[in-house]
Amino acid sequence: MDSEKHLTLVESLYPTVQRRTQSDRPAITVECDRLLELMQTLRDHAGLRFDLLLTHTAVDYPDENRFELLYLLYSTVHGTRILVATNLERSRPVAPSVCGIWPIAEWQEREAYDLMGILYDEHPDLRRIFLEDDWEGFPLRKDYQDSYMLELPK
Amino acid sequence: MTHPMLAIPAALPAGSPWGAQTLAERASASQNLWVTAGYFLLAIVGVTVLLTLLGMVLIYVERKVAAHFQCRIGPKRVGPFGIFQTIADTLKLLFKEDFVPPQADQVLHILAPFLALLVPVVLLALIPYSPMTQIADLNIGILFVTAIGGFGVMGILIAGWSSNNKWSMIGAMRAGAQIISYEISATLALLVIVLFSGTMSLSGIVHSQSEGWWVWRGHAAGFTAFIIYLIASTAELNRTPFDIPEGESELTAGFHTEYSGLRFAFFFLAEFINMFTVSALTATLFLGGWMPFHVGDWAVLNGAMDAIPPGVWFLGKTSAVIFLIMWIRWTFPRLRVDQLMHLEWKVLLPIGIANLLIAAVLVLTNFYPFPH
Amino acid sequence: MSVRVCTLDDLLHAPLEADSDLTTQEYLVNMGPQHPIAHGSLRIVLRLDGETVKHVLPVPGYVHRGVEKMCEHLTYRQIIPYTDRLDYLSAIMNNWAVARTVEAAAGIETNERIEYIRTIMSELQRLQSHALWWGVTGMDLGAYTAFLYGFREREIIGEIFEETIGARLTMNYIQPGGLMYDIRPDFVAKVKRLIPYLRGCIEQYETLLTGNAIFQERLRNIGILDGAKALALGCTGPVLRASGVPYDLRAIEGYGMYGKVNFNVVVGSVGDCWDRYYVRLEEMRESLRIIEQLIDSIPEGAFSTLHYNADVILPEGTHYGQIETARGVFGVLIVSDGKSGIPYRLHFRSPNFNNLWVVTAIAPGWRIADFISIQSSLDLVVPDIDR
Repeated sequence: MDSEKHLTLVESLYPTVQRRTQSDRPAITVECDRLLELMQTLRDHAGLRFDLLLTHTAVDYPDENRFELLYLLYSTVHGTRILVATNLERSRPVAPSVCGIWPIAEWQEREAYDLMGILYDEHPDLRRIFLEDDWEGFPLRKDYQDSYMLELPK
Repeated sequence: MTHPMLAIPAALPAGSPWGAQTLAERASASQNLWVTAGYFLLAIVGVTVLLTLLGMVLIYVERKVAAHFQCRIGPKRVGPFGIFQTIADTLKLLFKEDFVPPQADQVLHILAPFLALLVPVVLLALIPYSPMTQIADLNIGILFVTAIGGFGVMGILIAGWSSNNKWSMIGAMRAGAQIISYEISATLALLVIVLFSGTMSLSGIVHSQSEGWWVWRGHAAGFTAFIIYLIASTAELNRTPFDIPEGESELTAGFHTEYSGLRFAFFFLAEFINMFTVSALTATLFLGGWMPFHVGDWAVLNGAMDAIPPGVWFLGKTSAVIFLIMWIRWTFPRLRVDQLMHLEWKVLLPIGIANLLIAAVLVLTNFYPFPH
Repeated sequence: MSVRVCTLDDLLHAPLEADSDLTTQEYLVNMGPQHPIAHGSLRIVLRLDGETVKHVLPVPGYVHRGVEKMCEHLTYRQIIPYTDRLDYLSAIMNNWAVARTVEAAAGIETNERIEYIRTIMSELQRLQSHALWWGVTGMDLGAYTAFLYGFREREIIGEIFEETIGARLTMNYIQPGGLMYDIRPDFVAKVKRLIPYLRGCIEQYETLLTGNAIFQERLRNIGILDGAKALALGCTGPVLRASGVPYDLRAIEGYGMYGKVNFNVVVGSVGDCWDRYYVRLEEMRESLRIIEQLIDSIPEGAFSTLHYNADVILPEGTHYGQIETARGVFGVLIVSDGKSGIPYRLHFRSPNFNNLWVVTAIAPGWRIADFISIQSSLDLVVPDIDR
């Protein structure tokens, strides 16, 4: 598999990138301010060519006061997959938008905004995607509460 | 020399087995006012009964035909073979809420279904069902059919406009464009028959086919006119493949989106009665109406054919055309609106005009033995 | 920094300007949430200029049930029935996606019999789903008769499912470590009888719709989507393959028994609605080939290697597994804390959510009727969009 080669290539281009060990497949963690640059390289570099953004989502870690954004990429040229993660401060969940790189990110990011409350910089149309515009709170956050819930979070 | 075109057969040739007399003629011939009034009443009752019967039968037949095209059985629970299904459905529609959207134009919204139904009902009075069964035989029959038929689009336009719904509006606009366009082709096809038979009276046209039906006696011109009329009239009926004004998957229900209950039933009924009148006109103009099927000098066959009553001939031919229209509906997908216009203006219209010219040449050169 | 949160109202009240000298005005219509083309509850706001589509604005969310949130309180075995209710036409394949992810993460072994049955069932369901889609496409384009022909085959396959599984729609059949039930004794014989019958049915489909001039006019060269654009818009499944990208997980990952059978990945050349139509018809033929190669040699063995009540705890970290469903890649992303038997966070990568947005790119400029063709050729299942 080319995954190892790809990981080495990414590390040589971006020395600050860290490998994630707790994942079943090639995965890297990058600081938020370098995310956009890294993503552009991942798509455009001839040796990488990750042209399909399979999915994008966010994970809430209230205890560690952070959100983790996950981007799952696939390269139809090389047939490899990579998971890119980045961390956001929970009090200031603003991330760069990757809409310009993969257009589908526009809606995947809207979903993350709707359910997790991640704000995306330079997003062309940031609004709720499933819930109504006047919905209060972001349901997938671990501390989300509303009166319909049978079991309130601790 | 008098051209056959100019010799309008005012009366039947002597010794003709089919002496025709319409209800209107009987009424005006009568000296007694009460008898005249009785004939008018008979005409009204006749049309009403026919209207109801046709609605019942045609809806049932349509459902059964559709079912058998679709590997189903169709209605079978209400009455033997489900024949009372339509009555049950009508009762259900009667008891439904009569709802007029608050934003709609109240008067026109209520008026539209009646307008839509008016046209086919008026046309029912003109059709020669058999030599003795016709309510009125106008000497400008075809002109009247075309004029009144063109009025049918008013009901649809008013329904779409008054509903104050965008889907209805799109449907109505589509219907307007479609019906007015196809009217031209249908009229061109009818003119071919007028040329051939030299009369505009519907029963005159039937009589003119005593030596052969126009669909084959008019050479290729007659057959082409038949095909054009069939396509154009299917389009005027708003039936698949030309059902874009309703276009269920596109416009939800098109011009009758906002109609429910009995008002919806009126549109439904109008569509079916329209289908009947179009089929009856096709049978009358191209397939000899109530005229039996004759082949040259084969006296035995011709005698056997004469034994079948003219009314049965008429019904049989009309049913065949109705079945054809249903068959088309349950087979074809729907055309797109611009493809529909393309078909009319770039295909049917040129063919129709050329066909009319050819027919005119045929008539002028007396290329074919026309009735004298 | 320019984070700007907007609302739907902002977009719907944008000025509608005319684009010609005539006094015309663009207008908005709501196609859905209750509309025949919505195939469920999907709202699409169209900005129209007469009959021409100017702008498409899908507004999903009418069947959003918060499945991902619910899954945070469920064990992996309990998650399976929820996946049935996402893309209900690919229920078995959705089950398999969860099972595959959990098995890979927890190191659960399965036997050959389980993989054989999973593969056969999935292909049967792909046939069922495509048969229904064929009928629905016919109906959307006005040929109502096709709908009932498509449903006829769906019912016949549904009966085979019902015998083994006890359900016709929400199967809940594949679970981590195996299957819910073993197949019925006459399953093999019935499926073998089904194969030639379905071959005949596909031929019938071709004669009923494929050759029809109107049908071809309505699909050919409509809504052309090229491969690069399809990838950028995150398409997978038949929609992507019709644009000429041979991305089929069955061939690439060879999960289940797919690695050991011969089948072709069907790709289109133009990427129009017609290609999307024909790719699915050909896929039905390929599915029959796959079933044919497997049905005679189902090995003996247990139908489950894991007790249904067994605790499954995934190691800490992110785990992702995916399956090629009838509509594309269905992925399951599980974040586990390594301590409890329930996921810390679970995300479904749904094929329909990602395929939907293609309409915003390819539909403008076409007419309302073409929009129907495009929407129909994408074959969307709304609960899977909304989750």
